[in-house]
Amino acid sequence: MPILNYIILSIALFSIGIVGVLTRRNAIIIFMCIELMLNAVNLLLVAFSKMHMNAAFKAGDLAGTAGTDGQIFVFFIMVVAAAEVSVGLAIIVMMYRNIHSVDVNFLNRLKQ
Amino acid sequence: MNITIIDILWWFLSVVAIFSALMMVTSKNPVYSVLWLIATFFAISGHYILLNAQFLAIVNIIVYAGAIMVLFLFVIMLMNLNKETEPQKNRWLKIAGALAGGCLMLVLVAALKDAAAKEQVASVNQGNIGLIKNLGKELFTTYVVPFEISSVLFLSAMVGAVVIGKKE
Repeated sequence: MPILNYIILSIALFSIGIVGVLTRRNAIIIFMCIELMLNAVNLLLVAFSKMHMNAAFKAGDLAGTAGTDGQIFVFFIMVVAAAEVSVGLAIIVMMYRNIHSVDVNFLNRLKQ
Repeated sequence: MNITIIDILWWFLSVVAIFSALMMVTSKNPVYSVLWLIATFFAISGHYILLNAQFLAIVNIIVYAGAIMVLFLFVIMLMNLNKETEPQKNRWLKIAGALAGGCLMLVLVAALKDAAAKEQVASVNQGNIGLIKNLGKELFTTYVVPFEISSVLFLSAMVGAVVIGKKE
């Protein structure tokens, strides 16, 4: 599969995430759009890792461990995303408890 | 141009991923958004399996579709948000947001025009770098320090979530 297909698919998913962050007002859905963007990047990293493996294979590396780093990075991105979600949802729950809304139009109290 | 089963699977998974991502962004009910996002994650896991990254496919399903989305669902249900409550006052803001996202996509695609990697091919359905043996060996030798640091990160995230989330 050409790498261009994966790049354009990832760009499309990432842009959908951007549009969601910009248009939605619900804090939880904005958070979910951020998860979608992380997943688009993960998909592209895996595709690039397989691309490097393919290039190394053609150059004569028959053991074929080139490109493992990309998949390790995806694993670490998943780890960080899990930690981020736990803290972020705790913050959203706390804000909901304080102002009884998750609308980001009302979440501008930090500036006062 | 002969169409193989991999091509059919690739296009099917891509259409499913993009369609469910669009439905996730546009659906009014947050619970439906969560369910569509889970569909997107399953499609992306299908892509991982197609790329022979089986460890990441399983981890994606377990961690994202299993743990993180259940957390989202629990929070939505705890807050009783499962009704269509989004007072959208300004639809010009919506149009501007969609336009900005579309412009970003256009710029990113246009930037690919002279990319050097354009001719490269991601090898599908072969290679063993995504298998758990190879990844585990790499993770516990070369990347053992970031691995341990990520456990500290998890501990701090856990403590932070408890401290932030508890009642005064």
